[in-house]
Amino acid sequence: MDTFLDFILLRDPNVWFVVIGGLFIHTSTAVVGTFAFLRKRSLLGDGIAHSLLPGVCLGFMASGEKNLIFLLGGAFLTGWTSTILVDYIVNKSKIKQDTAIAIVLSTFFGLGIVLLTIIQRGNFGNHSGLDHFLFGQAAAISRTDVYVFGVLAAIILIPIFLFFKSFSILSFNPDYAKSVGMPVRFMEMLMTSLTVLAIAAGIQALGVVLVSALVFTPAAAARFWTNKLPKMIILAALMAVISGIFGAYISYQYAGMPTGPWIVIGLFVATFFSFLFAPERGFLKRFKNRRGTSIKIRDENVLKAIFQYNEKNGGHDKLNLKLSASDFLTIREFQTNTLMKGLKSLIGQGYVNHLDDKYYLTESGKKESKRIVRLHRLWEQYLLKRTSIDTDHVHSGAEAIEHILTPEIEAELTKELGIDGVPKEDY
Amino acid sequence: MKTSVEVHNLTVTYGSAPVLWDIDFSLPTAKIIGIIGPNGSGKTTLLKSVMGLVEPASGYVKIFDKTLEVSREKIAYVPQRESVDWDFPANVYDVVMMGRYRKNNLFRRATKADKEIVLDAIDKVGLTEFRDRQISQLSGGQQQRVFIARALAQKAEIYLMDEPFVGVDAATENSILTLLQEMRSQGKTVLIIHHDLQTVSDYFDHLVLLNTRLVAEGSPQDVLTKENLSNAYGGQLTLLSKVVQLIKEKEHPIREKDSDL
Ligand SMILES: Nc1ncnc2c1ncn2[C@@H]1O[C@H](COP(=O)(O)OP(=O)(O)OP(=O)(O)O)[C@@H](O)[C@H]1O
Ligand SMILES: [Mg+2]
Repeated sequence: MDTFLDFILLRDPNVWFVVIGGLFIHTSTAVVGTFAFLRKRSLLGDGIAHSLLPGVCLGFMASGEKNLIFLLGGAFLTGWTSTILVDYIVNKSKIKQDTAIAIVLSTFFGLGIVLLTIIQRGNFGNHSGLDHFLFGQAAAISRTDVYVFGVLAAIILIPIFLFFKSFSILSFNPDYAKSVGMPVRFMEMLMTSLTVLAIAAGIQALGVVLVSALVFTPAAAARFWTNKLPKMIILAALMAVISGIFGAYISYQYAGMPTGPWIVIGLFVATFFSFLFAPERGFLKRFKNRRGTSIKIRDENVLKAIFQYNEKNGGHDKLNLKLSASDFLTIREFQTNTLMKGLKSLIGQGYVNHLDDKYYLTESGKKESKRIVRLHRLWEQYLLKRTSIDTDHVHSGAEAIEHILTPEIEAELTKELGIDGVPKEDY
Repeated sequence: MKTSVEVHNLTVTYGSAPVLWDIDFSLPTAKIIGIIGPNGSGKTTLLKSVMGLVEPASGYVKIFDKTLEVSREKIAYVPQRESVDWDFPANVYDVVMMGRYRKNNLFRRATKADKEIVLDAIDKVGLTEFRDRQISQLSGGQQQRVFIARALAQKAEIYLMDEPFVGVDAATENSILTLLQEMRSQGKTVLIIHHDLQTVSDYFDHLVLLNTRLVAEGSPQDVLTKENLSNAYGGQLTLLSKVVQLIKEKEHPIREKDSDL
């Protein structure tokens, strides 16, 4: 509990650095990642991430110490080279992009491991912690690092903010962007550079193996919640930052625990949560919609049956007849279970009342049942008039449609067919 | 009559095989112009080279007698509907607003005038009630009309449309056609890639018939002759396609780059 309070209240200055540094890094990667996600460059991102390792090692060899600027500089260099290489291979050979990425990724990563081994065996000064770049160690962020990340975040976020319009048009429809004279080559290069830079910034916390999760997962999760690009970006950044803090906390609590995997787990939870609970696009919502419709259909069928029973037995005008359960079955083959549930739900909605074992319509139930039957028959009339449907198919063709007809469509049907009230015939 | 689009000795290749070969024509202004030809005959590529989206191996295109760079804002492009992912997070209004993008308003927010133009364009294609609808929740024909509205919002002089009638019902096709005729009466030029040979003579004032080479160009009566059509669609050009195939296999250069500019 103490460590939790230490962490959450930022009592320990190191926690400060981790949280603020994380804020810079995760916001940058998530924002860049949203565009990369929309441009379907996820695989390339993973390729870039793995290609950063040799750069980190070269940066270390060049500076002789763990100087963040050298390490990131090296990472940026090899990351960038890898994207150029992928493009080159795709353009000059018949190799497909995913294959080219796989080739470059594994080559660069292999090279990185070789360099890492050389450094660890050789005489390159204090190299402890360099392997953190494999799986990430956010706890190693120092005050100067925070400054570096702050500057990086500014370098990444300012152009994106300035060129926001251009980037969104480019991501949606690159051909169109070119057709209106946007310098597409330059913009794509800028975007690639920013992506490489953001991924490079992320490897301290996540390591080269996992960093691409930080780039693309927040975007994928955010997409569930909104249809607006600016909102999507803000949400992605928010989820990334929260997962980042979560990962940092776990590794603060349990010394020696790498941050990267925990951040990824946090991101996964956020994505899964979004998948389940997002309004509109979420799984549960869609499930509920479907269930909602089937309940509505069940209830309306019961109402319709009461109306038809009245009609059949001379109660058409008053709709006052009382039905027993078996009376329902003379109209429609209900399953007892469904019928009872439907009646119960209709009683709850105030459409139906019951006297012992007999059921009858309330005033509002009379209105509602008329409305439904009317819709059903209007639609039948419409089908007969406008399509070449057999009279003995009309009924099944119109079945279930009355449950989805909106008042606007009802008005149009009325106008088109010139029918008031409930049409008589039933097919 | 003023020339809208001039295509001069244009050759375009993908790899080494020519897709357009020595295409040369000048198109009139204020007409609805159809580009027709069989599948793979280079129609899309022709529009893309007029828009500067593909680099020609040789030849050039001029718009109102000026280079594309100079005339860029006079020309609007309606790509094929399938060329984008409609699951992009944007609504109808957002996409049509893209039509107001200009080099000199990169950093500026949309003005009141921009907004009016956009709403007007949406209204013209009959999508007003779908203005705030996420674009993935539109039907194919509605998506096509979103693209047309975006082009209208560009307030251009020449409109290039790649198969705007594909996947569109008869009523929508008619309303689009009416819109095009209205544009023509305002002096706009519309270039349309079209597939349905039944309707070409009704829809178009002028035709370009392609099959890698230019088969014919001119008024519908002149272009739609039996001979021209069988040249473009029949077997008469099999020799040409054999040569193209050969060039592809041998990676043979069709000509020195820029030799006849
Ligand atoms: N990016 C590309 N790379 C290589 N070849 C291409 C590319 N785009 C088109 N082609 C080839 O160029 C030729 C002309 O293509 P284009 O798309 O211009 O034809 P089209 O007339 O529009 O055909 P369609 O009626 O099917 O739309 C085709 O043979 C096609 O295979
Ligand atoms: Mg085409």
